[in-house]
Amino acid sequence: MTGTAEKPIFLAAGDAALVVQFGEAIDSAINQRVNDLARALRSLALVGVVDLVPTFRSLMIHYDPLRTDQAQLIAAVEGNLHVQTASSERRRSWIIPSCYEGECAPDLEAVARQAGLSPAEVIAAHSGVDFDVYMMGFMPGFPYMASMPPALRVPRLTEPRVRVPVRSVSIAAEITVVYAIETPGGLSLIGRTPVPFFDLRRDPPVLLESGDQVRFEAISLAEYTALEADYAAHTKTLEFTWIDA
Amino acid sequence: MDGLRVISAGFHPTIQDYGRPSVQHLGIPAAGAMDVPSLRLANRLVGNPENTAAIEIRLVGPTLEVLCDSVRVALAGSCTTMTLLGDDGGPLPAHQSVRLSRGQKLRVPPLSDTAGAYLAVEGGFDLPPVYGSLATFVRAGIGGFEGRALVDGDVLPVVTDAVDRRPEVVLATPSFLAAEGPMRIVLGPQDDFFTAASIDRFFSSEFVVGAAVDRMGMRLEGPAFEHSRGHDIISDGIALGAIQVPGNGQPIILLADHQTTGGYPKVGTVISSDVHRLGRLRPGQSVRFERISAADGERQARAAETDLQTIFRQITTAGPQLDLGRLQDSNLISGVVLAGA
Repeated sequence: MTGTAEKPIFLAAGDAALVVQFGEAIDSAINQRVNDLARALRSLALVGVVDLVPTFRSLMIHYDPLRTDQAQLIAAVEGNLHVQTASSERRRSWIIPSCYEGECAPDLEAVARQAGLSPAEVIAAHSGVDFDVYMMGFMPGFPYMASMPPALRVPRLTEPRVRVPVRSVSIAAEITVVYAIETPGGLSLIGRTPVPFFDLRRDPPVLLESGDQVRFEAISLAEYTALEADYAAHTKTLEFTWIDA
Repeated sequence: MDGLRVISAGFHPTIQDYGRPSVQHLGIPAAGAMDVPSLRLANRLVGNPENTAAIEIRLVGPTLEVLCDSVRVALAGSCTTMTLLGDDGGPLPAHQSVRLSRGQKLRVPPLSDTAGAYLAVEGGFDLPPVYGSLATFVRAGIGGFEGRALVDGDVLPVVTDAVDRRPEVVLATPSFLAAEGPMRIVLGPQDDFFTAASIDRFFSSEFVVGAAVDRMGMRLEGPAFEHSRGHDIISDGIALGAIQVPGNGQPIILLADHQTTGGYPKVGTVISSDVHRLGRLRPGQSVRFERISAADGERQARAAETDLQTIFRQITTAGPQLDLGRLQDSNLISGVVLAGA
């Protein structure tokens, strides 16, 4: 049960942020309502709204209490809950190259064992579906993408890594995440992309946004090495295509 | 371009302004000043727009040398007296602008009355903005000076490398620095993850600020919360001042560098007009909390802004003598301070 037809609930997060919560699950219908509301409110450019942060099942509205208040924001949300996505609304679709070999994929074998699949089957499953960016969060440029093919749903690592290499492609449960910067992390690393997901020398620095669609494309280690050098030298940029929202 | 040379950095100073709160949807933490009213005041004193980036000092201040023709600086947020080093040196009071000339050296000693203060420079620093802000976010190497805290030997480029002589300005100790009383908390968004008894205990207990305080968060030592529905939620947005409670039940208040989203339940949020007081708390200090509604929190925000504007209007001219390049001894400086107060 997802309860997507129900009205959201409003939760206070202090006097400068408001949570609009659509459910309590990681679910594509719930997340789509979150991202639809974010798009609708963003296009309204409401006075006093500082940022709109979509997450799996809720939207956080950061606001300036000197310029607006909770009551006005709740009214604005309720007036935009059933706004049909206009036919002109569109979102971005990306093909992200990912190397699932060797040092790029330190947990591939373990994931395959847990899933009862061969490494080749894990790669085929992960690169064979369209993921949606449910949310950006935690640290700069990190996309949380779902939904994972059921066969690939593995738990988090029992021992998180102190350092996850930048641009690692990782999985846990329903989600797949690309580590946009080097941080500690507890997800299984099954690949690595040569494309920077956060690069201060690029404008804009962050590659993806909530609502984008992503498909991973398996590349060889040789291709990875060449592309990594191209992206580092800024001689290559990744293009997206527009698709209907 | 020459500017200010960092002779001795002190403890982890960073360049901060209002931060970048409007790109949290990209996963980018807002960062920005821990004590925004003090940043605004420091900028006011040197004639800058209030959101101009300044040096955020934590606990122990830096020693700086002027490498350009002249600069105008002011310290705000602490009543610590600075020192102008050298033969023509002497004490330099906080909350007062001062013009310094090439070669002069300024020392900000350990702060005695707060965890943080701001040293603003007229015209600000000539550094590249990231998403419209100079705020430093060290964990991702964003903003400020090379994306990191200042270290000995850095030279901070200034926008204005020669400043006019003009009457300096001063403010008697601003009242917002002395704000007392409990921090006010709006319950939620996940107060339903905790037993009612432990929430009541939170509001009736005294907590001590733990040793682990940084720009990301502040651990509180005191009675533990009891979770009633586990301690994992589906990751959602985090507001500045949110009080998250991991499995051990010990609350952590999330500050300027907080991550944009997280998976621990958040029992409540410190209201926006009290967040700067958190930025001033030092490890070992005690703190209490009081419940408030979101609507009352919004009213407090507006009242605090009105108060701040009143305080800013009390900034007065200190007199033309306060050109430290010309002052010979501390007695004269003290006299000027009294005259300007």
